[in-house]
Amino acid sequence: MTMPNAGTRGPAPANPGVIASADEPANPLRDPRDRRIPRVAGPCVMVMFGVTGDLARKKLMPALYDLANRGLLPPGFSLVGFARRDWEHQDFAQVTYESVKEHARTPFRDTVWQQLSEGVRFVPGEFDDDSAFDRLAETVHQLDRERGTGGNYAFYLSIPPRFFPVVVQQLKRSGLSDPGPPDPETGRTSWRRVVIEKPFGHDLESAKELNAIVDAVFPAHSVFRIDHYLGKETVQNILALRFANTLYEPIWNRGYVDHVQITMSEDIGIGGRAGYYDGIGAARDVIQNHLLQLLALTAMEEPVSFDADSLRQEKEKILSAVRLPADLAAGTARGQYAAGWQGGRQVGGYLEEDAIPPDSRTETYAAVRLSVDTRRWAGVPFYLRTGKRLTRRMTEIALLFQRAPHLPFAATDTKELGKNALVIRIQPDEGVTVRFGSKVPGSAMEVRDVNMDFAYGESFTESSPEAYERLILDVLIGDPPLFPRQEEVELSWRILDPIEHFWSENTKPEQYPAGSQGPASADAMMARDGRAWRRL
Amino acid sequence: MTIDLTDTTTSAIDRALTEARRRLGGMALGMVLTLIVVTDEEGQYDAIRAANQAATEHPCRILTVITRRPKADSRLDAEIRVGEASPGETIVLRMYGTLGQHADSVAAPLLVPDVPVVTWWPESAPEVPAANPLGALAQRRVTDSAAAEVPDLVLANLARAYQPGDTDFAWTRATPWRSLLAATLDQAHPQLESGEVQAEQDNPTADLIAAWLGLRLALPVTRTVSSGPGVTGVTFTTSDGDITVSRHDGRTATLTWPGRPDRMVALHRRDTAELLAEELRRLDPDEVYAETLACLAAPDCPPAEPLRLDDV
Repeated sequence: MTMPNAGTRGPAPANPGVIASADEPANPLRDPRDRRIPRVAGPCVMVMFGVTGDLARKKLMPALYDLANRGLLPPGFSLVGFARRDWEHQDFAQVTYESVKEHARTPFRDTVWQQLSEGVRFVPGEFDDDSAFDRLAETVHQLDRERGTGGNYAFYLSIPPRFFPVVVQQLKRSGLSDPGPPDPETGRTSWRRVVIEKPFGHDLESAKELNAIVDAVFPAHSVFRIDHYLGKETVQNILALRFANTLYEPIWNRGYVDHVQITMSEDIGIGGRAGYYDGIGAARDVIQNHLLQLLALTAMEEPVSFDADSLRQEKEKILSAVRLPADLAAGTARGQYAAGWQGGRQVGGYLEEDAIPPDSRTETYAAVRLSVDTRRWAGVPFYLRTGKRLTRRMTEIALLFQRAPHLPFAATDTKELGKNALVIRIQPDEGVTVRFGSKVPGSAMEVRDVNMDFAYGESFTESSPEAYERLILDVLIGDPPLFPRQEEVELSWRILDPIEHFWSENTKPEQYPAGSQGPASADAMMARDGRAWRRL
Repeated sequence: MTIDLTDTTTSAIDRALTEARRRLGGMALGMVLTLIVVTDEEGQYDAIRAANQAATEHPCRILTVITRRPKADSRLDAEIRVGEASPGETIVLRMYGTLGQHADSVAAPLLVPDVPVVTWWPESAPEVPAANPLGALAQRRVTDSAAAEVPDLVLANLARAYQPGDTDFAWTRATPWRSLLAATLDQAHPQLESGEVQAEQDNPTADLIAAWLGLRLALPVTRTVSSGPGVTGVTFTTSDGDITVSRHDGRTATLTWPGRPDRMVALHRRDTAELLAEELRRLDPDEVYAETLACLAAPDCPPAEPLRLDDV
């Protein structure tokens, strides 16, 4: 996997020559030393289910355009939309056009759009309609003939998981999922890949069921689970920070680290997601995937290489070493936002949102204390928290270091000195902050905390690729390190399931005012350990 | 803000920069490199504009060096712009008289500590970039042979003078073409017999693409003249017919493959800022450029055997 080059801050440098697999003849035009030539996907069709959804309109289609604009899509690349709409190809092209115009990050160019739109098709139909899928199959085969897409298909299931069984079965029935025999002339087999989005189930049981459904039709290596956090430059930069430097690794352990806080807070409420969110809650929505992945990247040992297997193995090792607090009542907290003032606006509480039952026990804030049973991390708690309608939107990983064992200053001089901290800011304002004590100028010796800051993304938004762009490109190229495996998903549910079980039996989420820092019980949980949350 | 300093010194410039930084509040500390732009009054506007755009991707201190009136008394005028067009700092240095021959004595104290230095000549390239005083300060030296009257001569000259770290915009312009051609040959293809690169008369980019293809594929690659704009096409002759990538509008390329439908792909010509941003992305020597440039200048290139990765 490519690493962002921290020295130059461009998009992650291209990693040439990854397309040809070992049994294919090498392309003499590709040279590992030739860093200018980017990875370009081979000829293919992307079939997208759920094209009318928010994600498709705001992220996926603009990301495809941006890829085309950067010259990273192959000639003839085609996009087929499938949805329950009475649309013609042109109508879908129009919808795509509007979403690209509005949300693409690179400048809009008519020629790029022209070239992309020539490959846009739409197939209307219900998921249980055999003839619609036959038409879909006919459409992609026709694209193979007309646009030379080589029989390679990526299926993007941007749909609720309850539709997975029927769609996957339909892909099998219509023959779309079958790559067929290798081409007699070249000996190459075309590929099939399927992309699925979270939630990967709502507990271990359902995650396994879901996997079994997809697994029955697509082999494990062709399933790409998107956790868009892993496509973010700063998240990949965690690996660069840790493993490309000598400065941090020596202190990245229990000898120096006091505890770790991983936070994802949102200022918005549940908005239009009531149907999905109620009954799921903050822990399943965010902790199970994003925060545990961040924990894994922060805590894992150095992988022997950055290929998919090594990286996933290290993540799995850490996830399997995660332990829950012995007393779940003391080591977890959950809350539900009540009416209040958020960012200068008066907003309603969770129970007053549309379509939420007034007795809902779904949490919108969740905090847990986890420990990692390895030699490196023994005794270092990892505090994870996430919530909606909090003070502000922010995602970060903070390592808080132990206080110096001895301070050769008068106690009053260091009164304002806190713990040293290394903070990886993931969004917004991507970057790294180091917090340390410094002398306040003046004739007296007074030490106070100051920040040393490395800004990653603020002025560079136009050039750094969006997470989805990177991930879609990786899918089309077939480069899997940034996608969690089923094992990781299951390990994460193993961590969360007992907590969910305990919550459902014992507690009711505590109300916290919108715009606050979260429920009092979360603060009390930290206070019991003699620590405090970082301010949001 | 803009600060004008006339008849000044580097330490005064440094003081003014520190002062400006303090007033604007700690900005510009994350600069990743110093970019020295060697230009003249006529070219400075475009060059600084491109540099500022590239600086949004690579925040940097831009030192623009303009030499004026070599016979006048020695004098240094500086114009400092901070917190305006780019996240870094721009300093326009105008050097009068013999000071113009000692521009490095002005630039060296103004380099950002620790970070790399890149020198860029948007117009005329020096004879030997690495030996030029401003070039010697840098680990990356960027020229543009296409800006010259006779690009071929300049390119031949650059080949003779090549030192690791040299690079030329003619090569940068080739990247989208090279990437498309590499992607084209990623697919199973019939045996290639020969190649042809079509472009306008004076187009060093086309010469470099032809040399690169010849070197990599060990094919005879001819260079033919078309009416442009820029590079208009690359053709591979194969046993099954021609594989062609053609681009006649400077924007969209068509891939023609025997027995397959034509396919279109975006291939637009890039502006200076994009070229510069690509150059600043990697600062280590570009070995593939070095080999291609050497091949272009050598009489017995391309070789009879394709270049194998394990040979290099």
